[in-house]
Amino acid sequence: MIEIENVRKSFGSLEVLKGIDLTVNKGEVLTIIGGSGSGKSTLLTCINGLEPINSGRIVVDGTEVHAKSTDLNKLRRKLGIVFQQWNAFPHLTVLENVMLAPRKVLGLSKAEAEAIAVKQLTHVGLADKLGVYPSRLSGGQQQRMAIARALAMSPDYMLFDEVTSALDPQLVGEVLDTLRMLASEGMTMICVTHEMKFAREVSDRVAFFSKGVMAEIGVPQQIFEAPRNPETAAFVKLTQA
Amino acid sequence: MFETALTSSDLLFLAQGAGMTLIVTAIAVILGTILGVVFGIFRFQVGPWWAAPVTFVLDIFRSIPLLIQLVLVNAFLGMVLRISLSGFTVACMVLTLYTSAYCAEIVRGAVEAVPNTTRRAARSLGLTWRQDMSYIVLPLATRVALPSWIGLALGVMKDSALVYIVQVTELLKSTQILITRLQEPLFLLLICGAFYFIISFPIARFGGYLEKRWSND
Amino acid sequence: MFSYTFQWKQAFARLPVMLEGAVVTIEIALLSMLIGIALAVLLTGFRLSGNRVLSGIAATWVEIARNTPALFQIYMAHFGLGSFGLHLSPYTSLLLGITFNNAGYLAENFRGALKAIPDTQTRAARSLGMTPVRAFGHVVLPQMLRIAFLPMTNQMVWAILMTSLGITVGMNTDLYGVTQDLNALTFRTFELFALAAVIFYLITKTVQIGARLVAARLFRY
Repeated sequence: MIEIENVRKSFGSLEVLKGIDLTVNKGEVLTIIGGSGSGKSTLLTCINGLEPINSGRIVVDGTEVHAKSTDLNKLRRKLGIVFQQWNAFPHLTVLENVMLAPRKVLGLSKAEAEAIAVKQLTHVGLADKLGVYPSRLSGGQQQRMAIARALAMSPDYMLFDEVTSALDPQLVGEVLDTLRMLASEGMTMICVTHEMKFAREVSDRVAFFSKGVMAEIGVPQQIFEAPRNPETAAFVKLTQA
Repeated sequence: MFETALTSSDLLFLAQGAGMTLIVTAIAVILGTILGVVFGIFRFQVGPWWAAPVTFVLDIFRSIPLLIQLVLVNAFLGMVLRISLSGFTVACMVLTLYTSAYCAEIVRGAVEAVPNTTRRAARSLGLTWRQDMSYIVLPLATRVALPSWIGLALGVMKDSALVYIVQVTELLKSTQILITRLQEPLFLLLICGAFYFIISFPIARFGGYLEKRWSND
Repeated sequence: MFSYTFQWKQAFARLPVMLEGAVVTIEIALLSMLIGIALAVLLTGFRLSGNRVLSGIAATWVEIARNTPALFQIYMAHFGLGSFGLHLSPYTSLLLGITFNNAGYLAENFRGALKAIPDTQTRAARSLGMTPVRAFGHVVLPQMLRIAFLPMTNQMVWAILMTSLGITVGMNTDLYGVTQDLNALTFRTFELFALAAVIFYLITKTVQIGARLVAARLFRY
């Protein structure tokens, strides 16, 4: 369970998160929608401790993320994250990209790490690209590799930060299909996305962020068909036009 | 062909000079690179403010003539501290520091060239700072740095011609000694120049090739 | 513990003479850069000319300049040409050697800078109705200058440092030569060369800071 309590976060004088309260349960798929600058991506990087927070707390399975005593490297094994820019390690092959963290962080043997990597890469449909360098892959393939790389750590939670935003339109589908597959397998996921159709289909709950505040949260049907907050209504109307 | 008074023992003398050039270069490049990597990563890691003293000192080695560096260190050790070190030792010390100053600059630039987002991805997988450095940053930075580093190593070989000033008889100095004796400057200089060229040219070409290949992907 | 007493006063007393030497050093560096740039432009033209002889000459020049020690190049100017009966003064030999070196390195930089500007730039300029010369002068050259500016600054610093090599061919009016002569008179080696080092440092810093200011004005895009 991820518990977010009254989290505030500023970059300089700009407050991007103005007191967020949110709980994500095991097995749940939560999508976060909202305009750019609404703070939704920042929240994800705060959850796995890549960004410090100014006040409030984030607790993952009983461990407070930003507590001094927390071993972030250990905590991050539970929390897979995939970014908008897929950030392949260009000097490693696809297989090596996925094997790196299991070997070095989990301390698995080469054979074990390879078995896991092959399994995850097969899972995302890249079984035929194992020995290839990332520069030879399309954006969609690189993004699926990044997903496999995160999955190889067998995380309990997956965070997706606008993973399709940097892709050419024709490549969006293959990545969303991968996310759908994960959702159907019961993975706990938080997805920041601009893909409304996807959000509606796969989410258990949808949260709408606006200017650093969570303006509304509810089941997809309610958010998209009967939004209570006028800002949500305007946003939904705009994106469905 | 053409007449020369050059004997086989003269050729051996030149070969010894060439050997000295290569030894001094090898020592300076190896030790200077190790130091340079340490200084470079230090500068990157602690940020410009804390690194300022190191930056300042290293910059001096790049801002005054190598000849003066050699004379100064030699005079300081010999006249001021009265430590008697061989010219060879002084030459290696100065060239090592000289190399490290340029190398630190190359390393810092190369480490900075690794995108922050890539490092963030590595950290998000749970890699520690050290692991991120050794498995992601250094391999990537090495690619960026290698062509410049090859240029540096060749530069050090050429600059090592100046260590004659601390009584080290390397290739150019031995050539000059023979010129004085045999009075055949052009012929001897051509042999000497050819030696530098034969070592430097192919390696420089290889560096250029690497740079081209790696900038394509 | 030190039996050595520094005598900085003796060195400072010679400062005026050393500054005169510094002027000669700067003069040689500047001249070698100006002539070097002109030659480098010519060599770049040779390389792009498509003429095998011309591009062969240019390539040979560039490779020799880049793959042999600067000191060797100065020796060639002095002793090498001497064996053809062409006896140059130390000043001319030094200037010639450094200029040869500058031209080789700069030609390589210019070629790299030229390559870095995509053909599409020329095509875009031509499509607006510019002549090839105008397209080059207005579109390619300014961008090229920006890329080549930092290497040119570095080469200028190199030229300043290289003047110290004049001593090997008997040059005694530049900063290093003057310092060496004073050293022979007074034997205050450390003090004199430390002072020379400071002067060299100030000259190179002035060049670098000056270049940065010029660059900030010239390249505002």
